[in-house]
Amino acid sequence: MSTKFVIEGLKSTIEGKEILKGINLEIKGGEIHAIMGPNGTGKSTLASTLMGHPKYEVTAGKVTLNDEDVLEMAVDERARAGLFLAMQYPSEIAGVTNSDFLRSAINARREEGNEISLIKFIRQMESKMKELEMNPEFAHRYLNEGFSGGEKKRNEILQMMLLEPKIVILDEIDSGLDIDALKIVANGVNAMRSEERGFLIITHYQRLLNYVKPDFVHVMMQGRIVKSGGPELAERLEAEGYDWVKEELGIVDETVGQEA
Amino acid sequence: MTTQTTLPVDTETLTALSKSKQEPAWLTESRTKALELAGQLELPKVEKTRIDRWNLQNYGSYKQSGLIKSVDELPESVRNLIQANENSNLIVQRNSSVVFTKLSEDLKGKGVIFTDLETAVREHGDLVKAHLFTAVKADENKVTALHVALWNGGVFLYVPKNVEVDVPLQAVFFNDDASATFAPHVLLIADSNSRVTYVDNYLSNGTNGELVHNGIVEVFVKSGAKVQYATVHAMSEQTTELTYRRAVLDNDANIEWIVGEMNNGNTMSDTHSLLKGNGSNSDTKVIAVGSGSQKLNYTTRANHFGKSSESQMITRAVMREEASAIINGITKIEKGATKANGEQTEKVLMLSPKARGDANPILLIDEDDVKAGHAASVGQVNVEQIYYLMSRGISREEAERLVIYGFLAPVVSEIPLELLQNQLQTLVEGKLGQ
Repeated sequence: MSTKFVIEGLKSTIEGKEILKGINLEIKGGEIHAIMGPNGTGKSTLASTLMGHPKYEVTAGKVTLNDEDVLEMAVDERARAGLFLAMQYPSEIAGVTNSDFLRSAINARREEGNEISLIKFIRQMESKMKELEMNPEFAHRYLNEGFSGGEKKRNEILQMMLLEPKIVILDEIDSGLDIDALKIVANGVNAMRSEERGFLIITHYQRLLNYVKPDFVHVMMQGRIVKSGGPELAERLEAEGYDWVKEELGIVDETVGQEA
Repeated sequence: MTTQTTLPVDTETLTALSKSKQEPAWLTESRTKALELAGQLELPKVEKTRIDRWNLQNYGSYKQSGLIKSVDELPESVRNLIQANENSNLIVQRNSSVVFTKLSEDLKGKGVIFTDLETAVREHGDLVKAHLFTAVKADENKVTALHVALWNGGVFLYVPKNVEVDVPLQAVFFNDDASATFAPHVLLIADSNSRVTYVDNYLSNGTNGELVHNGIVEVFVKSGAKVQYATVHAMSEQTTELTYRRAVLDNDANIEWIVGEMNNGNTMSDTHSLLKGNGSNSDTKVIAVGSGSQKLNYTTRANHFGKSSESQMITRAVMREEASAIINGITKIEKGATKANGEQTEKVLMLSPKARGDANPILLIDEDDVKAGHAASVGQVNVEQIYYLMSRGISREEAERLVIYGFLAPVVSEIPLELLQNQLQTLVEGKLGQ
């Protein structure tokens, strides 16, 4: 069955403040959607809400992945159902090596007694690390501990590659990356494009989209998707900024949930 | 107020017991004097822990256990802890007395002495007398006094000058009878430029009643010698443990303490290095897991007297359910201990809202030309970390397990003995209910 991820009327709050005010979006396998928008418009909240971050509370709406109710699932169940979020600020976990963590994550998807063999796992991990031009030493370092911003982002992409999710959400994966690292990350994403897999790329810059061509571009403001289009929309936003969108829609303050 | 503990034994009985064991007069006298002190002294003042409310009455009475010929006669829980072969060096104490002793011919030939302390008193009286109760003294408090009066079985390990022992020597102290006094004393002397690794395990089960384990360890590390001392405690819920471990270090002497606090009952332990010699070095690593309604008080101490002496102390403790731990680190640098360096870290991870942890780092410095540092933290499992791990498909239980092991890993991974690492791993898993 080809992948279908549907978000309908999704609203969510943090500490009682409503941030998402009704998001509608459908992502099919093979499609790449980009969500763009200035800071503070709810983009990362959308990513965290979809993954099930404990701080966000869903107050309305529906999310399904291949007709399964995502919002009913715990965070780990969402991941095993095929959802993956490359986080903007990945946690650092001392004492847990990157490779132990990755192996636990892979085995979490497998039946007990059918765990991946150590040799096979190492072979897979090493080949993906090579693709991402990561120092092999990172396998034995503690998870994200002391990693630079760029190293953390590559590590997120490494996880995506090893876990082979159905729906990939990249939350500001391009922030803090220099141009070389950006290309490597983009290559990693492109290598994972497939008819079975959908992408939701959250960014406020066009530059990643030069390397990963989106099929659909959405602009988010005030906790809603206010405009959608094709790749040409991203180009216009890069060239002209967001003011014309605000003008067109009569929006004065595009942010959401911020104290005046 | 004086705590009115009834003494577990009277002078006549104690004297008669000492005589029946053919102990020398100096030892009988040491016991009876200590008993008198025990009647006068107070319990030790333990930071933020009311040990006077603990059940400290159950000392039982001396019960000799029969010798065994082979380790096969030991209960499975004990056999699991040992690696027995013709080269192994092992002492096993059951309840009040040592039941098994084995020292390899190779080490005997090198002059190493490894025997129960009661035998050592008879066979190596001068050596024992010159050291016994000179590091930890009877008159410190009621607990040390009672130990000096009542100690039994125990271990005496002497490594001669320049002898380097490559294999670990092991002792197991176990109790399966609460009516038997359980107060082993370990006396370890590493003579100049020698090197030795000693590992011991404490366990109790099937005791049929409440029990006090009052133990003392004294280690003398002579100049240039190096001692690695590992001790793992996994006593039952019905056992209350009070332990003092103390090392005295001469010039360029070196001690590494590795302590696994995996008891299930209330525990007070105090691990202390006296860095008397110039250039001496002490490294202390403690990992602890508390569960149930355990009350725990762990203290690590380093006293610097020698110039350029160095100490490191790390304690990592995980508290679950309603367990509470007070963790004290005390680095003291005396006047004249120039260029000394003392570092300490205490960290507590609490797994439930009812668990409690308290870390008290203390630096007492009477000399200007020194380095010292401390760090301490107490916290809950980080929800962001759990979310991150779960977002990769890892279950909450497994995510918590990874974070907990990750918390202990910096200490566990430094443990140089694989057997011990595995033992601790198993005990940690057991204590965490996994």
